[in-house]
Amino acid sequence: MWVLLGIAVLVGGFVARLNPLAVILAAAVVTGVAAAFAPGVSPAALWTAALDTIAAFGRAFNDYRYISVIWLVLPLIGILERYGLQERARILISTARGATTGRILLAYFVLRQVSAALGQTKLGGHPQMVRPLIAPMAEAAAEARHGDLPDAVRYRVRAHAAAVDNIALFFGEDIFIAIASILLIKGFLEANGILVEPLQLSVWAIPTAIAALLVHGTRLVLLDRSLARQVAAPEAGR
Amino acid sequence: MITLQWLYIFAGLTFLAFALLSAGDRANPKRLGNTAFWGLLAVSFLFGSYLSDLANGLLVVALAVIAGFKWLGQGKPATTTGEERLASAQRRGDWLFVPALLIPAVALLGALVLDKTVIFGVPLFGPEQPTLIALGLGVAAGLALAMAWLRPPVLAPLQEGRRLMDAVGWAGVLPQMLASLGAVFVIAGVGDRIGELFATYLPLDHRLLAVIAYCVGMALFTFIMGNAFAAFPVMTAAVGLPLVVGQFGGDPAIVCAIGMLSGFCGTLTTPMAANFNVVPAALLDLPDREAPFNGVIRVQVPTAGLILVINIALMYFLAFRF
Repeated sequence: MWVLLGIAVLVGGFVARLNPLAVILAAAVVTGVAAAFAPGVSPAALWTAALDTIAAFGRAFNDYRYISVIWLVLPLIGILERYGLQERARILISTARGATTGRILLAYFVLRQVSAALGQTKLGGHPQMVRPLIAPMAEAAAEARHGDLPDAVRYRVRAHAAAVDNIALFFGEDIFIAIASILLIKGFLEANGILVEPLQLSVWAIPTAIAALLVHGTRLVLLDRSLARQVAAPEAGR
Repeated sequence: MITLQWLYIFAGLTFLAFALLSAGDRANPKRLGNTAFWGLLAVSFLFGSYLSDLANGLLVVALAVIAGFKWLGQGKPATTTGEERLASAQRRGDWLFVPALLIPAVALLGALVLDKTVIFGVPLFGPEQPTLIALGLGVAAGLALAMAWLRPPVLAPLQEGRRLMDAVGWAGVLPQMLASLGAVFVIAGVGDRIGELFATYLPLDHRLLAVIAYCVGMALFTFIMGNAFAAFPVMTAAVGLPLVVGQFGGDPAIVCAIGMLSGFCGTLTTPMAANFNVVPAALLDLPDREAPFNGVIRVQVPTAGLILVINIALMYFLAFRF
């Protein structure tokens, strides 16, 4: 059970607000050393375990480089922002009749969930869609109704824009039969001697997808009223 | 054939440019920290495959040291003012959306057409990560269009990219770090121990209790690991298969599908899922971006909680019927 010490380091580090990169590395080393620990093990062996863990971490870091490739979009987004992309998104919304923060986010939610259900998970995303387009639109719609926004309201609108992208993706993608999580389940069950077709799995993702649309859609519909209340009482804003 | 390696070279050169441009940024008192941090990432992308595992590990140690001692600052490259942006937005109109929308458009084209295209017997895309390759192509197409149309200074895309990258800061490698930690956890058998704890200490003598333990366990373990994929094999082997399916006769397809979705409820609530919950807070300049539970997570918690309850109900009412 000593290997669970790494999780304690992780939680402790996050609670103490130390830098997460350092905390993660420390948690990894503690986990690796704890796995090698037993009464009577020499310090030299533990040192070797620490080095082995750093090497294993480095190997994984190298294998997972594709995760950070997404930052390639920043030069393009940056150059478009230089020429007024966010401002244009705001203008588009301020001229659209009936566009409210809640409705814009609901429309994006539906688009994102449907496209994810069709397997197109890369059509949204925070760097390429939410920061340059969705968040400025949601903010502009709130400004059109309430004028200059208190900071707490502005940040809440932005947080909602980010959340819509996540929730719509998570509860849409499993409906597609060739998505990683469906293939993982199929492989796991197969290893345990149970054969299922991907379609059997993805069909049972549909009830939760509908529930997510109803739950979060309702919250988005109520968001406009909630923002209006928050603007009216900025002291109680948080 | 366009492979993932091309993309790594593209990314490596971009980070190298961020590093070099940071070094000349006198407005940033910590510019050498930025140069070192983005430079190390450039090394990882360009040469990571040729380095030993330990060398890659020490590279990560150096990244953690730079971030841990707060040697990373925020560069201030020259950019346009708010008024200039507004004037440009009014003059150029909705055409400004076109290069940005090229990214999803080419991603779609890549998935539907290019990924299956074969030229003289050679597939156009390499086997690894075709959607990311399509994303890279979309970015290249958008950049080419933007440069030809807007005619900015030659270095402007890299300077503007650096401005955004510095705003994200160390959080930009957090997802990659967490994924690597997950790999170390697997090697050390952390998941198996947690599964044992769950299976040993909880009295699960009714099928509703077993369903609750499995769904809540998926969410909790995902909360700790930051990733439902890591939690799924552990919790399903410990509780899902032996109890919900084996002992109480639940349908394995329904149990596993809804179990995975219960894990996603955990993903929505944890700072460990950095790419979903921490990176956007940095990208959107939220003031509480470094808090364990930032604004994005706080917005997501009510939805995640409700969907978890609904998942428990769905599994209880569906899994034993079909």
